Amino acid sequence: MHLIRGPGEEDAAVRARPLRLAVIGTLAGAYCGLLGLGGTTVIAPLLVLWLGYGQREALGTALAAVVPIAAAAAAIQGAAYDNVDLGLAVVFGVPGVVTVFVGVALQQRISERVVSLMFATVLVAVGLGLLIP
Amino acid sequence: MIVYLVIGLLAGLLAGLTGLAGGMLFIPALIVFEDFGQVEAQATSLAAILPVALVGAWRQWGYGNVRPRDALQLGLLAVGGVAGGVAVANAIPERALEITFGTLMLVVAAQLAWRARRAPEPQPRAPEPKPRPPAPSHGRGRAGG
Repeated sequence: MHLIRGPGEEDAAVRARPLRLAVIGTLAGAYCGLLGLGGTTVIAPLLVLWLGYGQREALGTALAAVVPIAAAAAAIQGAAYDNVDLGLAVVFGVPGVVTVFVGVALQQRISERVVSLMFATVLVAVGLGLLIP
Repeated sequence: MIVYLVIGLLAGLLAGLTGLAGGMLFIPALIVFEDFGQVEAQATSLAAILPVALVGAWRQWGYGNVRPRDALQLGLLAVGGVAGGVAVANAIPERALEITFGTLMLVVAAQLAWRARRAPEPQPRAPEPKPRPPAPSHGRGRAGG
């Protein structure tokens, strides 16, 4: 991804944008369906690398995209297969609502580069977690 | 129960800092402490992620870090992708999928780290523009300076 593009390249980037969003979305959905994770780890880095998002913006947008993904997946799993323990979901999920305020506020005070490196570290942890049985 | 509370609090903090909504913590915890199967753990974890992601996204939006149209488009397309993902999951051995996604994560992490290392601090939409200090007033400053 180059910072300076010629006019033709700019057009190509604009045309490729919906396709890239579609690929990222589908990939994130597949990831969620396969592994049961929200998909931030797929969406955020691809927004940075393919669509030129800043790291913070990529993480914010990815987290927003996770809402419909998790809602649909949990609803299907709960309604169709009775696989959701709602009580435990509340026990795990609600405390995080408090600390996510702190986390987001802290993130705004850290340099974009550090946010990027933190996220890369998380990706390595998740990647190794998947690779090591 | 205290352990669950700690995991929940930690997941929220991580979600705010790194965008990881908590599944990587919830799923193993449900399997280890509640003796859940993988599928049940994943399903319950997805429900637990929901409030954290919702509030996290709302806060990020407040800081100008969310592009709502892109997020909606990604989310809706991903819902279709979930169905495809489940179909693929049933056709391919789980280990192959873990290796594929695990390798993808490591490659992407290396790319991100490489960019962060060499790029000048990119802040296209910095959320906290520092107010410019007032221009120094010449002449009629405070006495004694």
